[in-house]
Amino acid sequence: MHNKSVAELSRELESGKISSVELTQQFLDRLKQEDGKYNSFITITEEQALAEAKAADELRAAGKATAWTGVPFAHKDIFCTNGVRTTCGSKMLENFVPPYDATVTEKFRQAGAVCLGKTNMDEFAMGSSNESSYFGAVTNPWGLSSGEKRVPGGSSGGSAAAVAARLVPAATATDTGGSIRQPAALCGVTGLKPTYGRVSRYGMIAFASSLDQGGSMARTAEDNALMLNVMAGFDPKDSTSIDREVPDYTATLNEPLKGLKIGLPKEYFTDQLSPAMEEQVRNAVKEYEKLGATVKEVSLPNAKLAIAAYYVIAPAEASANLSRFDGVRYGYRCEDPKDLMDMYTRTRAEGFGAEVKRRILVGTYALSHGYYDAYYLKAQKVRRLIQQDFANAFKEVDVLMSPTSPSPAFVQGEKTNDPVTMYLEDIFTIAINLAGLPAMSVPAGFVDGLPVGLQIIGDYFAEARLLNAAHQFQQVTDWHQREPK
Amino acid sequence: MSISREDIEKVAVLARIKVDDEQVSALEKDLGNILDLVDQLSAADTDSVEPMAHPLDAVQRLRPDEVTETNQREAFQAIAPATEDGLYLVPKVIE
Repeated sequence: MHNKSVAELSRELESGKISSVELTQQFLDRLKQEDGKYNSFITITEEQALAEAKAADELRAAGKATAWTGVPFAHKDIFCTNGVRTTCGSKMLENFVPPYDATVTEKFRQAGAVCLGKTNMDEFAMGSSNESSYFGAVTNPWGLSSGEKRVPGGSSGGSAAAVAARLVPAATATDTGGSIRQPAALCGVTGLKPTYGRVSRYGMIAFASSLDQGGSMARTAEDNALMLNVMAGFDPKDSTSIDREVPDYTATLNEPLKGLKIGLPKEYFTDQLSPAMEEQVRNAVKEYEKLGATVKEVSLPNAKLAIAAYYVIAPAEASANLSRFDGVRYGYRCEDPKDLMDMYTRTRAEGFGAEVKRRILVGTYALSHGYYDAYYLKAQKVRRLIQQDFANAFKEVDVLMSPTSPSPAFVQGEKTNDPVTMYLEDIFTIAINLAGLPAMSVPAGFVDGLPVGLQIIGDYFAEARLLNAAHQFQQVTDWHQREPK
Repeated sequence: MSISREDIEKVAVLARIKVDDEQVSALEKDLGNILDLVDQLSAADTDSVEPMAHPLDAVQRLRPDEVTETNQREAFQAIAPATEDGLYLVPKVIE
């Protein structure tokens, strides 16, 4: 059962061949047995999962099942779950049990899905390798046979590794600068970052509010469509949520791609990309040509400024968002504070890890007196230039395609000493967040036995078109079906 | 672009994060490298460009000024580090 997709499991449950309680127990047993190798989960919620499975079986018996009723999945540990601890990968929230559900959590509950637990992640979603988690690094299921432990990417590395290792068929994830797409690429799974505002951020612990977006990870594009059907929609509790109709994302998966206009941004095919990676991506584009698509080169002249703009905007917003962790209302508090200032400064020094502290300090600096115009305002202006580049490209083409990451999964520890080297992991993904566009990563080949991701970028609210393009590709390729050994 | 020890110490106070001398040295290097990366921005011509705060240029929605939340003080305070009589406890502020 563990090799089946969400769509297949849904049909198994519908046919009555297996109950959700049986299915959930099978997945839990496998998860407990296997996850020691990957550390992809922070918390396994066995008891709650079995209770949800029982409730799902009852709903089905009463004729009230949806596509998700009784299907196991996992939440990234950034989504608040009422009564289940939500750590965001941080010591600061090691014992934090939210008294409420995130909107995304609530939507999966209403759909009758069975949550097996909370997946590991970089601390406060800051990282590209999942090595900044307080709960330990996550190991990529790919490349293990060579004896070297590789990173799964980040920050949604737990979700990506768990899906790749067949511990769950699908998991939620979030993406601020590439945190869905890059780990999806490095783990050989399919991930979708929707348009900014498409999925509610309520109860999703904030990192950089103008960039954060919740999304999905699964092995197939079809399963991503099933996830987005649950997750998308207007939420009055999120002031940046967009009030716009949600289509059935599965309805257009089978549209033919004949006439699809693909743009290849020349700035994303430079010497930062190894020839072997480039070959895989170009082969994938050739598959699209066989399916009737046309391809042309386009230019995003300001894309090279995306990382610089991001490392002002994201830390600035993080420094404001993370000021809430002060040891007063929830989360960690240092021992024996001698006064209020001592409590604040030691609580935050002890509760946050090195990367989170670096970003808070950079952000505080960029927002401080005398630097605001030079850094924050300048970055917001560059952000508009980047957005205009995409707008110009989408006048000529329907979707853009590029590699998701500059290289395949690297060995743990390889990039931890130099933050800036790590930041360059997101060189092809970050501009999309600055522009607020939707994008996917789809498995598109291997280099040295490690997965390569194809990034497909769409115009605002073009999620259905991205999913359609990814699904059609997956009808003629089997990269997404390959299993790590 | 480099960042001085004094700047780092000042920013650490603003951010309410205690840093010791050894950490300041490491931060001097790391933050300096990050600011070098960020300095690429200065090359961009942005003279007539409006700063962008929201990808879809959406503005804050307003709602009627009505009570929509119920009081959940007990649930919220149950997860606090220290409370008493419905109040959050912190170290003494005024001597």
